[in-house]
Amino acid sequence: MRGFFYLIKRDLTLAFRRRGEATNSLVFFGLVVLLFPIGIGASEKLLSEVAPGLIWIAALLATMLSLDNLFKEDFQDGTLEQWALSEHSLVSFAWARLFSHWVITAVPLIIVAPLFAISLSLPAEAIWVLVLSLLLGTPLLIFIGGIGVALTTGLKKSSMLLPLLVLPFYIPVLIFGASAVEVTAGGWSAAGQLYVLGALFVLGIALAPFAVASALKVSVSQ
Amino acid sequence: MNIIAKWYYRLGAPNWFYPLAGKMIPWVAAIFVALLIPGLYMGLVTAPADYQQGESFRIMYVHVPAAWLSMFVYAAMAIAAVVALVWRVRMAEIMIISSAPIGASFAFIALITGSLWGKPMWGAWWVWDARLTSELILFFIYLGIFALYNAIEDKQTAGKAMSILTLVGVINLPIIHYSVVWWNTLHQAATVSKFDTPSIHIDMLIPLLLMAAAFQFLYLLLLLMKMRANLLEQDLASGWVKKIVFERQKNLKK
Repeated sequence: MRGFFYLIKRDLTLAFRRRGEATNSLVFFGLVVLLFPIGIGASEKLLSEVAPGLIWIAALLATMLSLDNLFKEDFQDGTLEQWALSEHSLVSFAWARLFSHWVITAVPLIIVAPLFAISLSLPAEAIWVLVLSLLLGTPLLIFIGGIGVALTTGLKKSSMLLPLLVLPFYIPVLIFGASAVEVTAGGWSAAGQLYVLGALFVLGIALAPFAVASALKVSVSQ
Repeated sequence: MNIIAKWYYRLGAPNWFYPLAGKMIPWVAAIFVALLIPGLYMGLVTAPADYQQGESFRIMYVHVPAAWLSMFVYAAMAIAAVVALVWRVRMAEIMIISSAPIGASFAFIALITGSLWGKPMWGAWWVWDARLTSELILFFIYLGIFALYNAIEDKQTAGKAMSILTLVGVINLPIIHYSVVWWNTLHQAATVSKFDTPSIHIDMLIPLLLMAAAFQFLYLLLLLMKMRANLLEQDLASGWVKKIVFERQKNLKK
């Protein structure tokens, strides 16, 4: 347990001292959102209609791309191997790393998401649901994505492989996340979608670290 | 216990499996053909035309078995993944990697025939129907498993990584399927009239069941052939392959 908190503290300190890197996925998120009005036209009506799905897809892609180096550094310098050999379990290692990654990359994204939502003229009441759905959804994206990263960590060329492994498993999160926002924008209650998202959240953060840990064990042993 | 241990070692031994599979292949092929011919004949000729869909419903006899098999193959792979991870049976890993392209092909056939069926029925090549969409996702999951195995050079690691991914997939597939169903009912009004009416005429059902059984044996046939090929490819340097090659050469000289 001490190792768990130590690791979170270390990751957050490191990220804080290299603030530039953490903003990369934020900039990517902004750029993707910017591309849509340019690609499909800037009509306010059209944009507000597609805004929920659009912001969710942008957040999903930004989160997925930020995952690439989740374990790479530790794998290359042998830290991961030492961790696997030590008395600390790989599950708590995985949990700590995934959690601190969420704080570093997803929390800033959730904070700026309302700004982009306003720029796409999403109704004000939907913005709160957007924040809530991202709060529940982004940890899931990171925890599920972590499985894919752990499986491909030992590989030299893995950049195109990760999306192929991970994106199919992102579909339920996208469905419920985007639809929660959309339903609210249409004037209905999004409680059902948020409940399902919450259930997936609990399931994901409880089970995914075990898959991540066993995948890491496989990657370390090669 | 003794019997279990014996089978455990035998199933793990490629030099035992390879000739056995070779002996099974002609029999499995014969059963496949014996089921396929009456199934196709009854399905395409003797089954009555559907009163709504006319003759075009006959594509069902390829589409439905392919869709069933695409799911069955994944279930078989998931069971093999548990066996591979828990008991470290290498043959189970070979079975998964041999199944993945077959399963992907069945999913692909189901998608293509579904789209061909959709054109006269729905008036469009592709409809974002819940079942078509989840079939497409299943197809991509198969490709992911295949891609992961091929990307890792060390095949021992690749087998374990692939087994983990297969298991993650089997937990996620029901979630994906039901969320897609949910998404579909929310987003669009039911454009599809119910095809799966439970009351299917017996003359239509029998050929369907025959075709489904034929496809099962097709899977078994392709699986055995693919497993043999994969075993040879991986064990090129080992003794039992050399022995087989040596015997082949001896037979050729005669």
